[in-house]
Amino acid sequence: MTQTLVAIGTRKGLWLARSNDRNTWSLDGPHFLMREVPSIGIDTRREPPRLLVGVRSEHWGPTIMRSDDLGQSWDETPEGAIHFPEDTGAAVERVWQITPDVHDDDVVWASTEPQALWRSADRGETFSLVRGLWDHPHRPEWGAGFGGAAIHTILPDPTDSAEMLVAMSTGGVYRTGDGGDSWSASNTGIKAPYQPDPWPEFGQCVHKVARDSAKPARLYAQNHHGVYRSDDNGGTWTSIAEGLPTDFGFTVVAHPSRSGTLWLIPVTADSERVPPGGQLQVQRSSDAGASWVTCSAGLPAPSYTCVLRDAAAADTHEPAGIYFGTRNGEVYASGDEGDSFARIAEQLPDVLCVRAAVIG
Amino acid sequence: MQVILPAVLRELADGAGELVVPIDGEAALLRTILDAAFATRPRIGARIRSETGDLRRHVNVFVDGQDVRRRGGLDLVVGSGAVIHILPSIAGG
Repeated sequence: MTQTLVAIGTRKGLWLARSNDRNTWSLDGPHFLMREVPSIGIDTRREPPRLLVGVRSEHWGPTIMRSDDLGQSWDETPEGAIHFPEDTGAAVERVWQITPDVHDDDVVWASTEPQALWRSADRGETFSLVRGLWDHPHRPEWGAGFGGAAIHTILPDPTDSAEMLVAMSTGGVYRTGDGGDSWSASNTGIKAPYQPDPWPEFGQCVHKVARDSAKPARLYAQNHHGVYRSDDNGGTWTSIAEGLPTDFGFTVVAHPSRSGTLWLIPVTADSERVPPGGQLQVQRSSDAGASWVTCSAGLPAPSYTCVLRDAAAADTHEPAGIYFGTRNGEVYASGDEGDSFARIAEQLPDVLCVRAAVIG
Repeated sequence: MQVILPAVLRELADGAGELVVPIDGEAALLRTILDAAFATRPRIGARIRSETGDLRRHVNVFVDGQDVRRRGGLDLVVGSGAVIHILPSIAGG
């Protein structure tokens, strides 16, 4: 029997929700109590699945923990899985993203604050700095969003192992076509309304990017005001915000198998970080952003919470499940692609990261 | 040389709350003592200092009851009979 696993990273620990039918859920945790969990990778490419978790203590710093028994036990690379080479003079503050590769089952990507991309060739036990991006001439001008100076999006290209897209706040979208040796800013069409020149080459505060699973050259971006689509692998971006209640938000999730379906969780505005109209809601498009449907059945109102950039994910069932966690410690699940939601966790610390997978 | 660990780090030292660190001579730099104390316990070392070698912001080290941040930091010369306490600072919410 397959099991759906929803991993919930919070400001004060990790919880694991499990269900055999996506109706009844058990909640296991906390793991790493009093340590924040900003990143989770669920690597299902091999048996047993491996959980990779970015853990950070305000006192004792960041590390990556891993489990090969779905959270029953945890291990840590003794010398640390991820640390900057001495010549950089830098130190990892937080692991923001852990992404299994789509070409090589041994490769895992990670990204950090300060803005850096990392590659592991041993399923996340040790990582090496991707120098091509670290040495980028734009790096001194990349800024720190309110959440920190982070690369928060890593999107390998399933059609070409040499291609990859990353995104950061602030800095925007960058792409490589040569396996990470060189990178180019790729923000044409993404507005930076908070800058004197609203159309800079880079410096955009892109909050999250998702790749269309069936048309990999199609990408969706939630910007710091602005929602965009690219049909040329990030070369150019066009607005798909028309029809949305607001163009602000943090997260975007693409359907795991069906082209054109994506979910956003709108936030009223930069200056008003609560759900539009006080209704916690998901916006769903089935036509790549040409039109939007409000999904709010089962979601609370009035609500004054917020959903962060990595706090939403989809599973790979058909129909797909969509999951998200809020800053007031609630987690909602939908087994019908957003038509209805049920709360599967409450009274947790603020949710930083949610990842879902089908196990077994 | 005695190095006293906070309770939260003792599971990484097989439950030990105190490490005895031999040094050459009558005194050594604090960073040298910490290097020696955690050479075989890198998980603890990484929680006290980042990969740059600096003390983490919210970790305090006291030598004979004095906060080393006010006494030369990791370059403090520590006598062989000193007691080194490692403690988390008051932080968080």
